[in-house]
Amino acid sequence: MTAVLGPSVFGLDPLYIGGVGLAEVLVTLLKVGVAFAFLLVAVMLMIWFERKLISDMQNRIGPSLAGPFGIFQTLADGIKLFFKEDLIPERSDRLVFKLAPYLSLVPAFLVFAVVPIGGDFNGGDGRVSLFGHETFLQVSDPPVGILLVLALSSVAVYGVMLAGWSSGSKYPLLASVRASAQMVSYEAALGLSLAAVLLKSGSLSTNQIVSEQAVWNWNLWVTWVVPMVVFLIAVTAELNRPPFDLVEAEQELVGGFHTEYSSIRFALFFLAEFMNTITMSAIIVTLFLGGPNGPDFTTVGWLSGLLWFFAKLVLFLFTFVWLRATLPRFRYDQLMDLGWKLLIPLSLGWLLVLASYDIAGDRGWNRAAAVIVMLAVMAALAALLGLALRAARHRRELDPQGGFA
Amino acid sequence: METAIFIVCAAIVLAGALGVVLVRNPVHAALSLVGTLFGMAVLFLNLEAHFLAAVQIIVYAGAIVVLFLFVIMLLGVDRLEDLSVEPIAGQRVLAAVVGLGTFGLAAAVLATSDIGLPTQPALTGPITDQYSNLRQIADVLFTDYVYAFEATAALLTISVVGAVVMSRRMARDDQARQSAQDD
Repeated sequence: MTAVLGPSVFGLDPLYIGGVGLAEVLVTLLKVGVAFAFLLVAVMLMIWFERKLISDMQNRIGPSLAGPFGIFQTLADGIKLFFKEDLIPERSDRLVFKLAPYLSLVPAFLVFAVVPIGGDFNGGDGRVSLFGHETFLQVSDPPVGILLVLALSSVAVYGVMLAGWSSGSKYPLLASVRASAQMVSYEAALGLSLAAVLLKSGSLSTNQIVSEQAVWNWNLWVTWVVPMVVFLIAVTAELNRPPFDLVEAEQELVGGFHTEYSSIRFALFFLAEFMNTITMSAIIVTLFLGGPNGPDFTTVGWLSGLLWFFAKLVLFLFTFVWLRATLPRFRYDQLMDLGWKLLIPLSLGWLLVLASYDIAGDRGWNRAAAVIVMLAVMAALAALLGLALRAARHRRELDPQGGFA
Repeated sequence: METAIFIVCAAIVLAGALGVVLVRNPVHAALSLVGTLFGMAVLFLNLEAHFLAAVQIIVYAGAIVVLFLFVIMLLGVDRLEDLSVEPIAGQRVLAAVVGLGTFGLAAAVLATSDIGLPTQPALTGPITDQYSNLRQIADVLFTDYVYAFEATAALLTISVVGAVVMSRRMARDDQARQSAQDD
């Protein structure tokens, strides 16, 4: 891109080429407003979708009274939560207690800003014309695009952590320490599987990542499936969704970190959780399934991108509900084992295999041979790691008093 | 525009820094530190160092301060402490001397250098290509400074292994302690 760009704080959107005037501000505000409204409505529909689908899977009816097919049930619940009494525990830290729900909610909103939800990538670079202004169908396209997702998901940890601490009660505190340990642990696997995508795309900008995947060049097969599987598992843990929902585990823990929250503040946590599910599904679609990419089957240029994007989004939302209906909850030690001993080494090893494939191509070596050698090296390392783990477990069994205090 | 952003962010950074020092509750102090880090991140953005800004949030706000909070919460030091007693004698005087000294050095550099007040976007030279921000850092890191980079990586690994070894309580030590108590 050689054109003169506006103040780069705003990102790389062609909208800002040639300065920012009133029209550009209005178009941006429109995009922000649409994204905001879309997320709120989508959360409402997602909660209904999840309850309806899971009741189908469990052979019951589910919400059915409010509106057709019970579609307004969430609205009714939301209004009820609004008017409930707002309790603040006596021993809580009032300032932080009030701040924590927003620390969960705001990152959930902001992540969606970097997701390209539409645009024509078949030959184009995703530009569409809004009221005569060329722009991308995403709120912002910062040069660090996808790193913003990582940054915001690490900020979201604060909401959980501070909510538990500020409640002034032991159980939410313990639950929040557990929850933040889970989120921090899986962030590493999330970042490493993301690195595989960045290696292939060569850019951090979400628009570029999607452009690279046009039309069928999806990262799902460009990175050979494994990074997406790791990413999906890590995201499920990051979202605290089943089977990794031991953060709140209603049947065992009351409510985990938000035990002391009620009324609208609880609703904000709930909203943030479902909004995160939607935004993270959108991120997976962007990173691995080509975002709005797909063969153009409509005559209107911009419509097919939107349809493809939403079809893929609903696929992942369905998957998350499906997982919840199917899988039993993990135990805490299984959770940590899976994250640290399997997902992190696997994604790191896969990154090296992909890198060896690229380097072999650059140097003119035999690519297949390079990959086979690399896979053999990785298998040897994995065997060593497995042996070390087995030896450690054996020693623990012999001497339960030894090891970690 | 750049000046306006700078003024707002500098105010946030300073307010956060003062908060860290002046607020009595350790958790509030840690949160003020997060405010400072966010202000710094926006200042980096203002200098077109996008990657640094993102890393600032991911590493400092997302990992290091979270670690601080873990320690504060788990050790239970989040009760109000009596700040009138100095744990180390002469600490405040020393802190004042070091602080004023650092400020004096920075002021002296600004006063004597021929750059004057910042008029360029960044002192290391402007970034020519939007996308190359990350590429430039990677280029330097993996060519000119590759040994320093590898040495840092080794140092971090060694410190992690060291921490694990030190946090291990050996069974033999326990038995020794037990028998010492019995005697």
